[in-house]
Amino acid sequence: MISEMNFFERIIYILQNYGISYLKGAGTTLLIALVSTAIGCVIGFAVGIVQTIPVDKKRDGIGKRFLLGLVKVILKAYVEIFRGTPMIVQAVFIYFGLSQMCNIQLGMWQAAFLVVSINTGAYMAESVRGGIISVDPGQMEGAKAIGMTHVQAMLKVILPQAFRNIIPQIGNNFIINIKDTSVLSVISIVDLFFVHKSVAGALYTYFESATIVMCIYLTMTLVSSRLLALWERKLDGDDNYELVDVMDIGNQMRVSGRGRA
Amino acid sequence: MDTEKVLQISHLEKSFGTHEVLRDIDFTVNKGEAISIIGPSGSGKSTLLRCVNLLETPTGGNIYYHGKDITDAKMNIPSYREHVGMVFQNFNLFANMTVLENCMTGPVTVAKKSKKEAKELAIKFLEKVGMEQYINAKPRQLSGGQKQRVAIARALAMEPEVLLFDEPTSALDPQMVGEVLSVMSKLAKEGMTMLVVTHEMAFAKEVSDKVIFMADGVIVEEGSSSDIFEHAKQEQTKEFLNRFHTTV
Repeated sequence: MISEMNFFERIIYILQNYGISYLKGAGTTLLIALVSTAIGCVIGFAVGIVQTIPVDKKRDGIGKRFLLGLVKVILKAYVEIFRGTPMIVQAVFIYFGLSQMCNIQLGMWQAAFLVVSINTGAYMAESVRGGIISVDPGQMEGAKAIGMTHVQAMLKVILPQAFRNIIPQIGNNFIINIKDTSVLSVISIVDLFFVHKSVAGALYTYFESATIVMCIYLTMTLVSSRLLALWERKLDGDDNYELVDVMDIGNQMRVSGRGRA
Repeated sequence: MDTEKVLQISHLEKSFGTHEVLRDIDFTVNKGEAISIIGPSGSGKSTLLRCVNLLETPTGGNIYYHGKDITDAKMNIPSYREHVGMVFQNFNLFANMTVLENCMTGPVTVAKKSKKEAKELAIKFLEKVGMEQYINAKPRQLSGGQKQRVAIARALAMEPEVLLFDEPTSALDPQMVGEVLSVMSKLAKEGMTMLVVTHEMAFAKEVSDKVIFMADGVIVEEGSSSDIFEHAKQEQTKEFLNRFHTTV
């Protein structure tokens, strides 16, 4: 009987009987974190970009300025509300709210993706805004000086750099999401933590099950942060560059083309 | 002498809040002219140049580009800037692109040229500034003088009609100033229309067709290089230039 086993025997017993459930739970957790972080990033970029659209009092009509102002206020409210309340409450609020007020019954995956994406989006919006602001404003002027519009300058110059600047934030959010999906068990989402609760409750092995779950969470987050670090290094590219042989690109300029004093 | 008016600045004014930076600025830029704007720091030279490119919105007066008022609210600013390029004190190169991409992105994105055409243009102008070997380098890997030469090539790749230089050598070490100035002299000799805000008096004296001396937000005196450097009429101008004569 399990009550007569020692700690290690219990862990082995649990793994033999429920190992697959834990792995399925971990898979669910990982999938929710991955998809929601991705959607959250898209939301965050959209909100962050809108928040940084400049207004030109002289050239923009009153209608455009009013509309933009209104949208910015709404987005600011969204960010404040979802950063300022716990996700566990948001999950209950959205899941039961939609069912009661709008008669929409969300499935498990829909509910999970919706709640975590909206929550991540609120955090990412501020990160993106910070990432955009952190790019030297001179580069925006440089882009405008060669005739780029605001949109072109954002797409070609500012956003690629803002994106690179906020990759650590994206990674952070992903890791937070791996852990925080555990609160979704309040709306009966069968993630890793839900499996833990079920197994521990059935066998009265809270400590042993928690040990297993701790190890799984830690493995997922450690692997993720290593992968993210590799990705960052790859994006930064090589620190060296090759000098190009001038013979290849224009013999005639070789002598006269130097502007050095 | 060809006297086609490219830019005409008329009663231009700029204030930041209640602080008046420019007052009643009037001058004309003719095709092929190299004009230097000199004067003490804080006299409004850079603001004037930034107004000409509409990076600052003038608070009064007009700027005409081939007779069209670009301060008009309906004016398409990006398409105006295609023709009036700008080189900045701090280079403002795009940090996420290589030297070649910096020079190609304008022609491709703005002028809608093909990649191949843009590359040819970019290389042509990088050769002109002597930076063709560095096409694969990122801006952070270059020295100040090299960055500024790339910035000039980037502006040239748009094949602009006028180039504005906002203190292009002020952020450079003394030994790098020469390499940038020699590129600029070459451009002036080739007939590029240039408007240069500078503290390099030797450059202003030797290279410019016209010199404008500014102080306290107004044009004090303007004329040919010798009018200003040898026969200045205003006391303020003489006083300012006297401080440079030891070094010129």
